Amino acid sequence: MNLYAIKAIYLFEMHRTWRTIMQSVISPVVSTSLYFVVFGSAIGGRIPEISGVSYGAFIVPGLIMLSLLTQSISNASFGIYFPKFVGTIYELLSAPVSYLEIVVAYVGAAATKSIILGVIILATAALFVPLRIEHPFVMLLFLVLTAVTFSMFGFIIGIWADGFEKLQLVPLMIITPLTFLGGSFYSIEMLPPFWQKVTLFNPVVYLISGFRWSFFGLSDVHIGTSLAMTALFLIACILILRWIFTTGYRLKS
Amino acid sequence: MSSAISVSSLYKTYSTGFEALKNINLDIRHGEIFALLGPNGAGKTTLISTICGIVNPTSGTILADGHDIIKEYRAARSKIGLVPQELTTDAFETVWNTVSFSRGLFGKPAKPAHIEKILKELSLWDKKDSKLMTLSGGMKRRVMIAKALSHEPEILFLDEPTAGVDVELRRDMWNVVRALRESGVTIILTTHYIEEAQQMADRIGVISHGEIILVEEKAELMRSLGRKQLRLFLQEKRDEVPEALAQYELELSSDGCELIYHYDTQKERTGITALLKDLDKAGVRFKDIQTRESSLEEIFVNLVRERK
Repeated sequence: MNLYAIKAIYLFEMHRTWRTIMQSVISPVVSTSLYFVVFGSAIGGRIPEISGVSYGAFIVPGLIMLSLLTQSISNASFGIYFPKFVGTIYELLSAPVSYLEIVVAYVGAAATKSIILGVIILATAALFVPLRIEHPFVMLLFLVLTAVTFSMFGFIIGIWADGFEKLQLVPLMIITPLTFLGGSFYSIEMLPPFWQKVTLFNPVVYLISGFRWSFFGLSDVHIGTSLAMTALFLIACILILRWIFTTGYRLKS
Repeated sequence: MSSAISVSSLYKTYSTGFEALKNINLDIRHGEIFALLGPNGAGKTTLISTICGIVNPTSGTILADGHDIIKEYRAARSKIGLVPQELTTDAFETVWNTVSFSRGLFGKPAKPAHIEKILKELSLWDKKDSKLMTLSGGMKRRVMIAKALSHEPEILFLDEPTAGVDVELRRDMWNVVRALRESGVTIILTTHYIEEAQQMADRIGVISHGEIILVEEKAELMRSLGRKQLRLFLQEKRDEVPEALAQYELELSSDGCELIYHYDTQKERTGITALLKDLDKAGVRFKDIQTRESSLEEIFVNLVRERK
């Protein structure tokens, strides 16, 4: 293992985070706070409790997931896309580092940042609504697993993208709709039966449902199913990454 | 003793079908300065990129200090430093950070004293805390070299290191290159400036259309391909070459004040003695004589032209 390389890349990426602290940490916190003000306090007061949980509290796990997904993806995709774009990737490709080390360093840094962000948003939420966390370890497990999985997914997008447009496209056109429709703001039981079935094809449903279960013990699907689906997505990302690096797809000609 | 770099039967065909490298066989000796010359698009950068792991070879093998660059990429790559042609830097990083980053990336523990030494040698020390985006092009070039030297490589690739660089930097750079060579580093460089190859290199390789067409000791190359010119500065202007001297194929300069004789240094007889005698007989008087060897550039241009 080239631990020095992992450390160098990880610190480089974290340094980038601190440098762009406004954009990477403060703006998600601000926008999440706005959600709480609007949905939690203003509108939420008129919405009845869902299975004994106030609406303001009910949306907390979904909102954290929303930030976690979008931030993991955008951070990891940008982290690898930018060197490709400016050309500094030559150094990474000519260095004695294995693919595993590259992924561990980039994904590790992106996930670290998302997790920090998730915790900050959680703390912010606690200021607005009373929260209880029934299964803190499962909560943490979900936080880490989701951050890592979606950072990997973002890393894949960063390698695939050959322009800034594509870089924005997937988070904007796929992840945001899936998250909004994945039960961030509602329980899928509220949907008509047909759409309940359709929604089960949305992978984000399993993340939000599992994450919410760790808070309130409430879930749309079984917690085991949620964990299994997340693990499945993680494995899929690992397999894609392995393929990318063995073929040199979009990295080497 | 194994070569610093050993390339055998290397082919590279891009996905577009373009054959960038065709059957390259090349051995670069430990501790030499090897200059790779060739016109634009000849395959110089592709060859370097393939050796350094940035481009996948289509077939063939490459060894760096005896290590296969694919099977033993760690051992191979940790010996190599690369200064690419393009100036690509992380705009927001400081000089110190980016050079230290490179060292870590190549698997070496931090060694501030070494980084300090390189930065000082490259006159970058007072810029160590500057962000790269604030540096001039020449300074960025120095940073790229510092990055490549950060992990103390045994083999250094310099791809067009002096393209677009001012005289002072070129001089600094060649001083660094000379010092590196003295410390035993093998250096492979490509350059447009043939006089640099002529000054710096021990051996010269010429690549054209993806093929190595020649590898030769520099001195040998100059000798075998070198032609000399003898210029005779005349006392009186002439309109034409005297007929008695036709066999020497003399050239008369456009102003009519010089006669130019081309001869081959490799030949047993250069014909100079006879020429001078015949000049005397023909009553041609001259006030000065000058001889000049053809430069590497002329040799190179001739070589590439012959292949077309």
